[in-house]
Amino acid sequence: MSGPASVQPAVFGRDGLDRLVEVLLADGYQVIGPTVRDNAIVLAELESADQLPAGWGVDTGPGHYRLRPREDAAVFAHSAGPGSWKQYLHPPRRPLWSAGPDGVFQPAATASPRYAFLGVRGCDLAATGILGRVLGGGQHRDGAFAARRQGLFIVAVNCTEPGGVCFCASMGTGPAAGPGYDLALTEQIDGSGHWFVAETGSPAGDRILAEVPHRGASPDEARSAQAEVAAAAQHMGRDMPRVDLPALIRESRDSPHWADVASRCLACANCTMVCPTCFCTTTEDVSDLTGDHAERWQRWASCFETDFSYVHGGSVRQSGASRYRQWFSHKLGTWHDQFGGSGCVGCGRCIAWCPVGIDITAEARRLTDLAGETGNAGENRE
Amino acid sequence: MTSTETPRTAMEPMLPVPYRVASRATETRDSATLRLAPAGQPLPPFQPGQFTMLAVPGIGEVAISVSGDPAAQDGLLTHTVRAVGAVSAALHGAPVGTPVGVRGPFGTTWDLPSAAGRDLLIVAGGVGLAPLRPVVLGALAGRRHYRDIRLVAGARTPADFLFASELTGWSARGDIDVELTIDQPAAGWGGQVGFVTEPLARLRLDPARTTAFLCGPEPMMRFSAQALRRKGMSADDIRVSLERNMKCGIGLCGHCQLGPLLVCRDGPVVSYTLAGPLLTIREL
Amino acid sequence: MTEQDTELARSPIFANLSPAELDLVSAAAHQVRYPAGHRLFLEGAPARGCWLIHDGCVALDLTVPGRGRVVVQTLGAGDVLGWSWLLPPYEWHFGAVTAQPTTATELDTELLRRLAGEDTRFGYGLALSLFEACVQRLQATRARLLDLYRSPDDQH
Repeated sequence: MSGPASVQPAVFGRDGLDRLVEVLLADGYQVIGPTVRDNAIVLAELESADQLPAGWGVDTGPGHYRLRPREDAAVFAHSAGPGSWKQYLHPPRRPLWSAGPDGVFQPAATASPRYAFLGVRGCDLAATGILGRVLGGGQHRDGAFAARRQGLFIVAVNCTEPGGVCFCASMGTGPAAGPGYDLALTEQIDGSGHWFVAETGSPAGDRILAEVPHRGASPDEARSAQAEVAAAAQHMGRDMPRVDLPALIRESRDSPHWADVASRCLACANCTMVCPTCFCTTTEDVSDLTGDHAERWQRWASCFETDFSYVHGGSVRQSGASRYRQWFSHKLGTWHDQFGGSGCVGCGRCIAWCPVGIDITAEARRLTDLAGETGNAGENRE
Repeated sequence: MTSTETPRTAMEPMLPVPYRVASRATETRDSATLRLAPAGQPLPPFQPGQFTMLAVPGIGEVAISVSGDPAAQDGLLTHTVRAVGAVSAALHGAPVGTPVGVRGPFGTTWDLPSAAGRDLLIVAGGVGLAPLRPVVLGALAGRRHYRDIRLVAGARTPADFLFASELTGWSARGDIDVELTIDQPAAGWGGQVGFVTEPLARLRLDPARTTAFLCGPEPMMRFSAQALRRKGMSADDIRVSLERNMKCGIGLCGHCQLGPLLVCRDGPVVSYTLAGPLLTIREL
Repeated sequence: MTEQDTELARSPIFANLSPAELDLVSAAAHQVRYPAGHRLFLEGAPARGCWLIHDGCVALDLTVPGRGRVVVQTLGAGDVLGWSWLLPPYEWHFGAVTAQPTTATELDTELLRRLAGEDTRFGYGLALSLFEACVQRLQATRARLLDLYRSPDDQH
């Protein structure tokens, strides 16, 4: 029952999702999507939609993440896992160049796979856009990132069940996926069945959807899907205080609050690894024993590393307090100065994967209170 | 499965261009000036204040300010390197012929032309004289565009001044005022003994018509800027050259942040209006 | 006012003086001109005299056994040479010798001390001015102590 791709929104059943993955694979894409592994929802390469985490949800809270079995067979009813899509666009490790004794520098031959991302939330879609601005919007571009992003096909998923640490609504990135997707799905599952309401966002999306048996959604179906997503925005477990964060952060550089966070923060760098917008990298030079052949590699780095700010025989940011301040201030404050917007998308990963449960929204709220801008300490559901 | 090769051109910002050490001159016990010649196509010409990323394959890469004559047309790059770490030590000791990878030039410039018609005050601390040398050379080459030109340079001991013979030459000229001062007492030195802010405090300046260019250790630049502000200069007219850890030099690695600034992109030369408040925050 | 009066009035050390006080100080001051190498005083000698340097360079020195004569500081135009006359035991802590031909206004410090004792307002203003010069010198000395130009290798 293939209808014209221009009929939108479209609807297809659970088998349509299987077909979608087949179509993407046949088109030469490497399909990446959520799977269950090691007691978590982990992004991995998919050979079929069977590998999706059907019937799995998650319980998340500060320093807390557990899978839990659901009563239905929903495949996208889970919030952000420990990995984000950035590991595919901005790999944790990649070679840059090699040099021989002749002094010629050979760029590393990097194949850029054509990825299809299946199940990108609004927060992660916004994060991809932010990485695009950071790595591709300046005078110098990361060509490898640009090539990977150019070939990307994105199937976004609108959230109907916010997770316990999510705050996308207050960051303006969700629960509905924003622009930038090729296809956007809203999963619907109840006693009467399991189906997906789909909208295309690009000619590539039109082309792929045309291969998947579907029909036009009825007005009720379309309305019901939209309503669920809109309702999700009202059920967020936490929110970022709606204050001028860059100004607050500028005024708070000497706040006693940083020492307070530092008494809890382990500087373990988990937050920077799970954050979908953290982009810092470092370079590593290696050579063989003769010294004739050398290579330079690029790998992820974190501003929590003790030598991240090393200069003149020591690091500028030695204390844990200064390093936490750097991460927080950059993400919510100076990112605006450098890249024209916030670096935070409200996915909540940093809250779940912080071993001591530091909550970026609570810290922002505490800073706000200390600065005397609001008297409301804010309520966060744990 | 199809894939696309990353085009070589897209890699260029991180791919070093091959150069070789064409000459090496010892400056002090731990600094040397290298002149680098391109093995093939040269990089674009540099402006005073800019830096390049110099790579020693297998060891690493560092950001080094260009210290050469901006008017030179020979395609050579001049860098004065102080041995303070593995890469800089390798560069410092590199014999003629050593292959070196170069990326750049990057960063903001001293913007000497914007000071046309004004007095120039060039204040150098230690090896900070190296990034300022292009300013002195550029100012002397275009002498008629500027009013008074003054260079105040501080060093630890007399043997630590860079460009010693050039300093002697500049001191002998009538069109530039050179004051040198040392921190540590030294036998046989008949010149000034005191921190670089001391000759600054004694200067008879026209604060409204002076542009100051400061380079050296951060506390030295801060103290010097304070001394100049006390003499009535506006922070807008004071320019400093900042330094932070750089891994890419092109605004992609995040290492060189100073608050809102990416020093490789918004610096290294920054107005003191912008830099001053940031430099007083501990561990920023 | 004479040119000397004008110089004195411009000097920050006398910024708070009334014209009458300035006249008094000026009457007991005189211009001096020294060639290079002229020793003004030796360390340990009774501290008498204070010089407002107009031009040139004066080196403060000390003799260290084994090192000989060490110059720890040089002063130039606008600097005040000589503070030890104000505080007991009124002895020079360092010596002073001109490193270049130098012109200065030499002040009668016996007079200044007597005036300061008689008129505490004058005395306070004088002490404050000298204190400011001392603070500037101390900050610069502390900056030198930081040894900012040293190599990272030397710091451990």
